[in-house]
This record gives sequence, C-alpha cells and structure tokens, in this order.
Amino acid sequence: MDFAIQFIINVLSLGGAYALMALGLVLVYGILKLVNFAYGELIMVAGYTLHLVGGSPLPWLVMAAVAVVMAMVAGLATDYVAFRPVRAKSVTAVLITSFAFSTLLQNAALLFISPRPRSVPLPEIFSQSVMIGGMPTPMRDIITIVAAVVLLGLFAFLMQKTVLGIAMRAAATNFTMARMLGVPANLIISSAFAISGLLAGVVGILWIGRIGTVAPAIGLEPLLIAFIACVIGGMRSLQGAVLGGFILAFIDTTLNYTLSQDLLKFRDAFTFSLVILILLWRPEGLMKGPASGQRT
Amino acid sequence: MLDDAKVRGALMVRDASVEFAGLKALDGVSLRLEPGEILGLIGPNGSGKTTTINAITGQVPLAGGTVRIGERIISGLSPRKIALLGVARSFQIVRLFNNMTTLENVETAALARGDSRRIARAKAEALLHDFSLERHRDDLCGTLSYGDKRRVEIARALAAEPSFLFLDEPAAGMNVAETDALLDILRALPAERGLGLLIIDHDMSLIMRLCDRLQVLSSGRTIAEGSADEVRTNRDVIEAYLGSGADD
Repeated sequence: MDFAIQFIINVLSLGGAYALMALGLVLVYGILKLVNFAYGELIMVAGYTLHLVGGSPLPWLVMAAVAVVMAMVAGLATDYVAFRPVRAKSVTAVLITSFAFSTLLQNAALLFISPRPRSVPLPEIFSQSVMIGGMPTPMRDIITIVAAVVLLGLFAFLMQKTVLGIAMRAAATNFTMARMLGVPANLIISSAFAISGLLAGVVGILWIGRIGTVAPAIGLEPLLIAFIACVIGGMRSLQGAVLGGFILAFIDTTLNYTLSQDLLKFRDAFTFSLVILILLWRPEGLMKGPASGQRT
Repeated sequence: MLDDAKVRGALMVRDASVEFAGLKALDGVSLRLEPGEILGLIGPNGSGKTTTINAITGQVPLAGGTVRIGERIISGLSPRKIALLGVARSFQIVRLFNNMTTLENVETAALARGDSRRIARAKAEALLHDFSLERHRDDLCGTLSYGDKRRVEIARALAAEPSFLFLDEPAAGMNVAETDALLDILRALPAERGLGLLIIDHDMSLIMRLCDRLQVLSSGRTIAEGSADEVRTNRDVIEAYLGSGADD
C-alpha cells in the first residue's frame, strides 16, 4: 500500500512535469508543423533569471514570476529571430535557425555567466518532506503535481473557452483556412510562442528545483523528454502530448523501481526500447489528431 | 481587428489574367456580381472557374487586370484582408476544422471578424438552425456525413456576414433530397442577407433553377453571358461542351 502511494506520487509528479514540457513543444508544432529546437533554452533562461535575481531581497514567488516572464520573452524572441524571418521560405531554414538560436543562447550563458553550474534560490519548502501514507514524500513532488493540475486546467480552459484558444485550434487544424477566414496568423503564432514560454518557465523552475543548479546545457534533457512524449502521444494532438508525458513518466518510474542497481545505469536504453515498441504498434503516436498533417 | 469596414458596391473583375508557369489559366476574364443576385459560373473542366474564384479571393496572384468592390481595389491584398472586406467562399474539397465541433467551426468565422464570444455563439446557433444542423451541434466535424460537411462549410462562410459568397460545387456529393433542401436555402440567401452569390456547379439543372444570370468560361475566356435560356441555345457554348462539329 505504502509502495503504491509512493509510486503513484512519483508517476504523477514526474508525469506532470513531462506533460507540461511536451505541451509547450507541441503547441508551436501544432500550428507551424515545425519543432522549436530552441525550446530547451527557454528552461535555461528561466533558470538563469532565477539565479541572477537570487541576490535581491524580493520574495521568492516574485523572483519565480520574473523567471517565467523572461522565459515567455525568450519564447517570443524565438519567434521573431528564428521563425518569422524564414517561416514562409523553407522547413530546412527554420530547422537551422532554431538550432542556431538555441546555440546562441547556450553560448551567451557560457560566455556571460559561467560554464559551471550556478545555484538558484529555492524556498525552504522545496527541500521539506511530508508524511503521506507513512512514507516521507518530498514537498517538491506535491508542488509539481499541483502546478501541473492547475496549468493543465488553465490551458484546457484557454483552448476550449476563449477566442484565442478557438483561433489557435483552428490554426492548428488548417492554418491556411484559418487565415482565409480572417484569423490573424502572426498574433496566433506569437501567442503560441508566449504560452510555450510560460509552460517552459514553470517547468524550468520545477525541474531546476529537483537539481538546485542551472548550467548552460540544462535544456537538452527537457527538450528530449518533451520530444519523445510528443512522439509517443502523437505530434498533432495536445491531449496526446499530455498523455505521452504521463506514459513516459510511468515507464521511467517503473524502471527506477524494478531495475537492479547494475542495470539502472542503462535505464534510458530500456525506456527507448519501449518507446520503439509503442511506435511499431502505433507509428503515428497514440492520438491521431486532425487528418491533415502536412504543413499548410 | 476590423480596421476596414466592409465596402459597399458591386464586385467587379476587369480583364483578369492568371498564369501558371507560362500557361494561361485565365485570359482576360471580366465579371460583375451585384449584391442580391445569383450568378452561375459554368464551363467545361479546366475552363478556369475555380481559378476565377481563387484570383478574386487572393489565393492566386493576378498576372493582369483588377478586382474591385465598389471603388476599392482588392486585387493584390492578402486573402485574409480580402476575407475581412466581405468576400467568403467554400471549397470544392471541403476544408473544415475536423477536430472541432460543428458549432465551433461556424463560431470561428464570426470570431475571426472580431465578434464577441456571445455574439459569435448566437450567430452560429442561428446558422445551425437555418441549415438544419442542430443535432450535430457538438459533433466533431470530421465525423459528419459528406452532405452535412458541405452545409457546415456554407454556414461557416455565412457566419462572417460576407457581402459576396462564392460556392464551389456546393451540391457535389449530395443526394436529391439534400440538393433540393440546399437549393431552397441558397435561393433565399441573396434577398435575406443582401449578398451577391456566385455558384460553380456541374449540375446544370441546379444551376438553371437557381441562377439569375449565367456566365460561361472556356479555356480561360468568357464565351457567353446571359439568362439560362440564352446560354443554353448559344452555339459557342454547345461547341465548348460537346466539341466542334457536334451538330453536323
């Protein structure tokens, strides 16, 4: 019983973080049919912002808010610098510019801050534990679950009930048709990047909260996780990305619990083998999404 | 969002030419569509009917000629701008937002024009009623029958409250009962909404029953214009459809 509770909390907290990461990536992909490879750097930006404002007397929540806002600004900058100038020209060009922007941000961090990990301020609560079902459970897991539930709820509300959400869904299904009806394309795309930045910012703080430090290459792992979660869930579906995040977390946690100490080093190999099996079974991912998947 | 109010006046196409890699798809077509009338655009396959619509709505660039609404020149504007100026269309192959509900599909068009949630919802509900689509209100559009999809597309185009509506084969794939029901709706539209309706269709009986005026294209040129009877007896039209020497 204790074990079951522990396991569920682990899956939910890891899955919540994975789901938010994947959602931020697939949101932009859904509309532009292009993967933003500079997505991991949004998490890095949130981390370094937290590090830089760490010395100030501001309350922690304000610092965290500043970090999230900076991640949103970085998301918008990705749109303006890497995507908008070449968007209409070619997929390859955008692929390269988004990689370039990612490298640029990483190197800026190397050059102006430090190649070595830097500490970020974290409130006491991140290192505290509570007893749940007789087992000490880290508070940061609970915080992650709560944050994921709140953000996923807000996101669902935004997409279902607001004008912006409906326009974004229309644009994601058939971009050309949405424009033809008069949906303002640039505004929709910028909004997607800003929301993507918001999700990355929150996830960034939660992610860095586990490690306690930020380094220039910190964005790589979240980018990979988000990408794999999207591939499992189906690149064309927002629900798929969330589902993929939780499945990936379930696989990772199960392996953590079951693999012996010697084999645990190779956990990722086991994870990816399972991902390959899922894809052999459902090559398009678990959720199919709208029928037309081509760039429109 | 609505920096341009809809412009008043007739839609006028003057000497429109469109080229695809040197091939002339439209070769100096002129056309006039008044608010309140139904114009049928007919012609053999490849005569330039759909291209004419694409040229007016800005989806293909003009190689020559102009398109105006009243005094305002709209050729050269982006498809989005032209849509916001009051030109809406449907497609030969239906282009709905398949993973959104019927209601949301229709609502999107109203929202895109700057309507509030409340007004857009009310408009969409009324249109679903007009097109007898209420029972599919919350169904995803991808799951609808072909005939229903076509009706959703027309309802969505109307939600934008266009001054001019182009329908590209609206009755394709519909059975006789569905076609007749659509005909009744379409016939009433121009008077009800004060819009100019342009219809392309291969179903001659539908076109003849519906349109005030016909214009016939062949190889990118206008070969005849006039009432259904005038067009039906025109030698050039017979020749274009049946090939020369048909009456020998």
